[in-house]
Amino acid sequence: MSQVRDIPVQEAETKRRNALADFFIRLWKKKPLGTISGIIILILIFVAIFADVLAPYGYREMHLADRFQGASAQYLLGTDQFGRDFLSRIIYGARFSLIVGLAATALNVVIAVLIGGISGFLGGKLDLVVQRFVDAWMAFPGLLILLTIMSIAGRGVPQIILVLGIAGGIGGSRVVRGAVIGIKENDYFLAARAIGSTKMRSLIRHVLPNIMPVVIIIFSINIGGVILSAAALSFLGYGLPAAIPEWGGMLSWEGRRYMEQAPWLALWPGLCLTIVVYSLNMFGDAVRDLLDPRLRGR
Amino acid sequence: MRAYIIRRLLLIIPTLFLLTILVFLSVRFIPGDVIDVIVGRMIHYGDFDRETLERMLGLDVPVHVQYGRWIGVLPTPDWVTGESHFKGLLQGTLGESLLGDDWTVEEKIIGRLPVTIELGVLALVIGLVIALPVGIYSAMRQDTAADYVGRSAAIIGMATPNFWLATMVMIFPAIWWGWSPPMEYIPFTEDPLGNLGVLIIPSVILGTALSASTMRMTRTMMLEVLRQDYIRTAWSKGLRERVVVVRHAIKNALIPVVTLIGMQLPILIGGSVIMENIFNLPGLGRLMVNALEERDYPMVSGVNLVFATAVVGVNLFIDLIYPYFDPRVRYR
Repeated sequence: MSQVRDIPVQEAETKRRNALADFFIRLWKKKPLGTISGIIILILIFVAIFADVLAPYGYREMHLADRFQGASAQYLLGTDQFGRDFLSRIIYGARFSLIVGLAATALNVVIAVLIGGISGFLGGKLDLVVQRFVDAWMAFPGLLILLTIMSIAGRGVPQIILVLGIAGGIGGSRVVRGAVIGIKENDYFLAARAIGSTKMRSLIRHVLPNIMPVVIIIFSINIGGVILSAAALSFLGYGLPAAIPEWGGMLSWEGRRYMEQAPWLALWPGLCLTIVVYSLNMFGDAVRDLLDPRLRGR
Repeated sequence: MRAYIIRRLLLIIPTLFLLTILVFLSVRFIPGDVIDVIVGRMIHYGDFDRETLERMLGLDVPVHVQYGRWIGVLPTPDWVTGESHFKGLLQGTLGESLLGDDWTVEEKIIGRLPVTIELGVLALVIGLVIALPVGIYSAMRQDTAADYVGRSAAIIGMATPNFWLATMVMIFPAIWWGWSPPMEYIPFTEDPLGNLGVLIIPSVILGTALSASTMRMTRTMMLEVLRQDYIRTAWSKGLRERVVVVRHAIKNALIPVVTLIGMQLPILIGGSVIMENIFNLPGLGRLMVNALEERDYPMVSGVNLVFATAVVGVNLFIDLIYPYFDPRVRYR
């Protein structure tokens, strides 16, 4: 105890500056698998950003003479039924999965905070009505409502982001609402109200900053699921347009006929999906465990 | 207890009411070009134009009137004779399919229901058969190699898309051994064993996917129970591990798992939609995707409503029977 008191001010400040580095060291020591997952996610982000540079060919570039080629030096993962380089398509697939995953999950958070925040903060009759709608929505099997809306909205990147973003956000609003109601019971919140803090000010200054942990949790839990849902929709033909190389879409009907002839067409997209979703889940778990000891082991 | 049951049953009414609104609204914003597509397809079934179709779909009246007709509190005019009848949910009908045959939506749904229920029940049972022993064993041997293997498998299982797994099962055995899963559906009444042979592979794939989260839940609950005083008492009495686990721990650990089954139902339904389409099974999921392809929106609404009602019903049922499993829970 006395040691702590002896730390000079200067040193304490250096310590704080290194908090991020400390965090990563702790992450590596306690959650090696989570750290490896984090590195895989970094690689994914890198590949997605520099897809144009990394991919040896364009994702639409056809080499009709080289259809169904196996892996070779020229085509590292072989080619598909149009002679398109499969590695290039997998690389661009990373970009589309990541765009949809990040954007839709970000929208999840915004919608969840809006609905859950307002419903929980204002409470009363509004809360009662809104929550019954959320109940009804959550009884709706996710894939069915997504399929229905996508069939009406039409395939496309903006459509799928909006639909997945809103659908997941309504589910997440329950968690935010719970957190907001919890905060309202805290003494500091009551104290702020007692000294005349307006509703708006309490919301912005006291509620919003304190639901950040919940927001991080929603983001980390949802992102893997969002990518999987987008892939499932594309697989069934209601996600991204067929022209876009998306991992789920690559496994869908159009490619099915050729897969016995060229099994790599079935292997790689699914493997990439599994590894990416696994990494996102593991990394999210690891970060959550380190940030919030109460969740450990769940 | 009885008061609680009555209250829960009454509360189900507003939920179901809101569900009908959601189901109804989800297909109500069909853009104009989609109507053109439907008209194009329906030319085969007779003389249709845009106006007739809009009248058939009931799109010529305001939204609240459409909803009233669908529910059955407002009369629906017959688009051929012009006579008005109450034809809606309250009268027990989900409307007519747009495919031009004489089947109503509910007749088609009832015809397809058994396959989906069989697939779902099989998957659920397989999921539990995998998840419970692994979860319990994992908790008994916490932090050993066996525990790590079990947990890693569960996490990988949660990340693996079931449609990919199914695709692999279709393709690789065919290449390696020339064997493909059966794609021809055999009704249970004709050949029960053949029927099982068709359903077993999609059920195992679905069940494996479900077992991941059940296994994690079982393990967590089991760990919590194993730390309790009465378990320590059981140990100190000198009981064998088998007796401690089977007679004392499992019963208490498995109670929350019952609730998980209800929560997994939406995932199970989504999974069965995918499996029925890959393995060509004539269930509700296949009906749903066909209806979407044909833009048969009354059918889409019907399937959605049936599935959503099933989720609400099963969860209510689980809540109501919960005190039976756990006498500590008393409802007032």
